Amino acid sequence: MNGLLDALAKLGRSAIDRIWRLGFACRFFLYMFLHSGTAFRRFRLTIREIYFAGVLSLIIILVSGLFVGMVLGLQGYDTLQRYGSSEALGVLVALSLVRELGPVVAGLLFASRAGSAITAEIGLMKATEQISAMEMMAVDPISRVVAPRFWAGVLSMPLLAALFSAMGIFGGYLVGVQLIGVDEGAFWSQMQAAVDIREDVLNGVIKSVVFGVAVTWIAVFEGYDAPPTAEGVSGATTRTVVTSSLAILALDFVLTALMFTGGNAK
Amino acid sequence: MDTNIVEIDNLSFAYDKRPILHCINMRISRGKVVAIMGSSGCGKTTLLRVIGGAVRPTAGSTRVMGKDTSKLDRAGLFEIRRRMGMLFQFGALFTDMSVFENVAFPMREHARLPEGMIRDLVMMKLDAVGLRGVAQLMPSALSGGMARRVALARAVALDPTLIMYDEPFAGLDPISLGVIARLIRRLNDSLGATSIIVTHDVQESLHMVDYVYFVSEGRIIAEGSPDEVRGSRVPYVKQFVNGEPDGPVPFHFPAMDFMADLAGGQS
Amino acid sequence: MNRSTIDLWVGLFVAMGLGALLFLALKVGNLASFSTSESYQVQAKFANIGGLKVRAPIKSAGVVVGRVSEIRFDNESYEALVVLNVDAKFQFPRDTSAKILTSGLLGEQYIGLEAGGDAKMLKTGDNMKLTQSAVVLENLISQFMFSKAQEGKESK
Repeated sequence: MNGLLDALAKLGRSAIDRIWRLGFACRFFLYMFLHSGTAFRRFRLTIREIYFAGVLSLIIILVSGLFVGMVLGLQGYDTLQRYGSSEALGVLVALSLVRELGPVVAGLLFASRAGSAITAEIGLMKATEQISAMEMMAVDPISRVVAPRFWAGVLSMPLLAALFSAMGIFGGYLVGVQLIGVDEGAFWSQMQAAVDIREDVLNGVIKSVVFGVAVTWIAVFEGYDAPPTAEGVSGATTRTVVTSSLAILALDFVLTALMFTGGNAK
Repeated sequence: MDTNIVEIDNLSFAYDKRPILHCINMRISRGKVVAIMGSSGCGKTTLLRVIGGAVRPTAGSTRVMGKDTSKLDRAGLFEIRRRMGMLFQFGALFTDMSVFENVAFPMREHARLPEGMIRDLVMMKLDAVGLRGVAQLMPSALSGGMARRVALARAVALDPTLIMYDEPFAGLDPISLGVIARLIRRLNDSLGATSIIVTHDVQESLHMVDYVYFVSEGRIIAEGSPDEVRGSRVPYVKQFVNGEPDGPVPFHFPAMDFMADLAGGQS
Repeated sequence: MNRSTIDLWVGLFVAMGLGALLFLALKVGNLASFSTSESYQVQAKFANIGGLKVRAPIKSAGVVVGRVSEIRFDNESYEALVVLNVDAKFQFPRDTSAKILTSGLLGEQYIGLEAGGDAKMLKTGDNMKLTQSAVVLENLISQFMFSKAQEGKESK
């Protein structure tokens, strides 16, 4: 009986703790949002962070995009040619990349490459008292350190997702057209006929912006909230990757349900 | 205008319900170098954080440069912190900037100065700590003592009225330690500032400070000039100054009777 | 801190990202179609184009000779007006006929050209007189059903 009560109490405590953290995360987000002036007034700070979040993620994004597109080309051709419509390969590759895989896979890669780095960096700055030192120098660390990283992530993410999709389509083109021999014109023409700028491309961009906000928010918050010890920082880094991956997949479902149920499923 | 930079009256502080500081009273006047001493974990760093406004006291007041830091809002606190410098225990240099940028940081944040003037000022500050030659290095390339000196240059970058040092001597070799101690004194006198040093390094600090507070278990148990402290009859101070292993601060952490423990007795 | 290098990389990154977005909008989406080589445009009217799309291939004897560049509805004749962009390398007589064909049973639709015997060649702005519309599956089936039903009546 006592054990059961203990377990219940433990469960309750951890639930309360989580909700508390969530509330703090929301207040943190609001505060960061309102104190983002420095990130834009002194855009150089943000540019520096774009370098770390965006440019350093380029290689992994481009290479993965190429391979995902090539696999899509192979698999898609294999299935489509059974129905004699291998020309629709371009449509298949482009729609799957622009709508889903581009934002989602780029988001996952971004979370593990840039998100974890942001958490570790802010966490270490806290552990080595750099954040406190900034406070004592009358500089708000949230507007000076956190906000530029946040906005850099939000700005980088759609660009990375677009690069991923473009690279993937190029990979599909390489495999489908150059290797297998699907008609090049049909590949592009059917793609252009089926992919809508607003419905597909723009919605994909919106998705990637939402993922960018979610991932970098989680990353900067985990870093800022990390206990100032080595274990604390490493735990926070792991949590960033896990939480933001789950957030991306869950948000993707919600956004897809909102965007693509307008009856234009092709 | 009174000459007291820091006035602390009946200050108490507790983390949650765990009391850290009780009824602290302090008067620190302009131009002095004051040490707050005590064994580890006695609340001296907390006292420094209260003065800096990083934490709010549970009771009492702390007036710094005529303003009560416990009642200021964030903007007011930032206003007063611009006239404070603080040296953290391990320097807390920004690891993603060069030494030059570290020292330039407070200037870039708070003063709109032309680049040439910032350069001159930074070189002046670095020269004062004898490290003009490492301006372009990253902090990771510095030794502990050098990092501390760079952090000192950064703390005085804006010519503060009040400089606070959190364990400036911890983990330094005797040479670096002597260098830092002399620098603290010299910077204080040349800037006309007031310094508060939190330390447990007795011998080095007694040579250079004007006044000493002894803190034990959250209370001030003795105060006075270095000479008064050396001749003090308070048992704790005597133990501390002479570094005796046993005394009012016991060697043993409170525990059950040793013999009973050996016998495996469960009380 | 090496500022100029970082700026360069970030600039490159942003340019690449915007380029990718532009690529998605223009080349993958349907905002514009690029024509690369020399070509001439001829028009053809069809009663029904079926599922023909802009940029569908134009083939003659199975070889791609051009692309459909534009599809309009002609308000006077109530027919579809298709502009064919034919590669300048391939010249066709003026009485060439155009058919809308389907590759495979459910595949994409394209325009097939069958050369005629005229001595004059097609040039930009010409109209193709001989056209054959797309075969619409529903019409085909209903015709078939209708004729079967007629047969049934006659045999009674």
